[in-house]
Amino acid sequence: MSNAAPENFHDRIVPPSGAPAWLTTFTAGAMTFLAVFALALSLASDRLATRWAEALNRTATIRISAPDDQMALQTKAVLSLLAETPGIAAARALTGEETRALLEPWFGPDLPLTDLPLPQLVELTEAPEGYDGEGLRQRLAAEAPGAVLDDHLRWRRPLAQAASTLRLLGLGAIGLIGLAMAAMITLAASAALAANAQVIKVLRLVGATDSYIARAFTRRFTMRAATGAAVGALVGAAGVFALPAQDAAGGFLTGLGFTGWGWLLPLAFIPLAALVAFVATQLAALRTLRGLT
Amino acid sequence: MAPNQRNPPVIAFDNAAYSYGGGELLSEISLRLAPGSFHFLTGPSGSGKSTFLKLCYGELLPTAGRVTLFDREVRGLSRDGVALTRRRIGVVHQDCQFLDHLPVASNVALPLLVSGRPTPARDLSDLLAWVGLGQLATALPPSLSGGERQRAALARAVITGPDVILADEPTGNLDWELSLRLLTLLVELNRMGKTIVVATHDLNLIRQAKSQVSTRVLRISKRRIQLAGADL
Repeated sequence: MSNAAPENFHDRIVPPSGAPAWLTTFTAGAMTFLAVFALALSLASDRLATRWAEALNRTATIRISAPDDQMALQTKAVLSLLAETPGIAAARALTGEETRALLEPWFGPDLPLTDLPLPQLVELTEAPEGYDGEGLRQRLAAEAPGAVLDDHLRWRRPLAQAASTLRLLGLGAIGLIGLAMAAMITLAASAALAANAQVIKVLRLVGATDSYIARAFTRRFTMRAATGAAVGALVGAAGVFALPAQDAAGGFLTGLGFTGWGWLLPLAFIPLAALVAFVATQLAALRTLRGLT
Repeated sequence: MAPNQRNPPVIAFDNAAYSYGGGELLSEISLRLAPGSFHFLTGPSGSGKSTFLKLCYGELLPTAGRVTLFDREVRGLSRDGVALTRRRIGVVHQDCQFLDHLPVASNVALPLLVSGRPTPARDLSDLLAWVGLGQLATALPPSLSGGERQRAALARAVITGPDVILADEPTGNLDWELSLRLLTLLVELNRMGKTIVVATHDLNLIRQAKSQVSTRVLRISKRRIQLAGADL
């Protein structure tokens, strides 16, 4: 015995066209597009914070400023002191070439090093158990008065905090985008429910329950949101892909992308947008229906 | 009273009243509609016939007294309870009310579809043929004439095999020939054991019905049901 009801009948109970439909698809697409960029920003901030932490966490620099005739003596004293200090894995004095390389980006390749009173730099690597920074400072002051310990902590901490804050801002932006999308879809669903008062009246007349009617609207809006989100996610991912490749000179902005499996993350916004639309429409529909006889 | 105790009424009004904001439209309505009975409801325009029918399927709640549908007081029903009760009551409105974007066949099958019951194609086809709409199954409601819409509404009202059929001016837009055809369908349903209530101005239709089946005529006048019968 064949069934006269087409398989997708329940999806067609709500008329297909109208501004709310377009608004839902557009909103889901635009919000997902923005969410992809917010996610890229958040992930890039996370990578940056990790990179800075790894690069700076285990190194420190000692800068020795002393008259020419004492420079070698104080350098030797510093290296000797570092060799005896617990928690320091390695220490070495930078050569003139290395110092020139460090300064070259600011002063150019023709820097006359011999004419400048440059300090001697000593790079130390921290052992896993760590060293006592304050104790080292005091011993340096006693044995090499021209030596100053710079353990990067005072500028590493705000940088790490900034990166962490950026990551949180990115996640917060995604949350706000989700809420804004829920609000827009709620408005669109409410408008659709108002525009389809006659449909609801007929369905109630023939014995449809509130949950059945709500499902009819929810199915439509969920599908529309998923469709819009799919387009938004793909366009957003393409936009991120089009950004310049990561480059040291480019700094943070050129690192604003996904890596490896991370390129699949924008696809997660499709079911998320569908879920937001489902919940928003279901709540709007049940609220509207409760107001009817 | 003995027959009523054996067959409890499908719809009962117990001193029921209904008031709009402006005043009382129906008052002190007490009656019982026995299973398988056929009632006509008459009265001048604005007397409250449509309101009475809406009270019969829970679209309106009485503002005083009690209305009982299938032994359950309507005021005590949840929203889902009202919806489930309506599945036992087929309603034919004067303005019919269809989903205009769906074909006639889907509109007629709607009560089955929303209740999750299967819609055998053969049964649907037979039902459409019974009301003379076999060739219009795929037509959209706005393309139907007044008579075709009334017959489609009747088909929709009976497709679930409801216990009660309520019709509000079902022949209001029909010529005499089509009115008789619709009446014949209602009489057939009554002979199948359905309880029928028809609100109408058409006295010729009532006379015609009385010649075919046992009917009672209720008249609403001055906010009350005046003409008493055995069911009152």
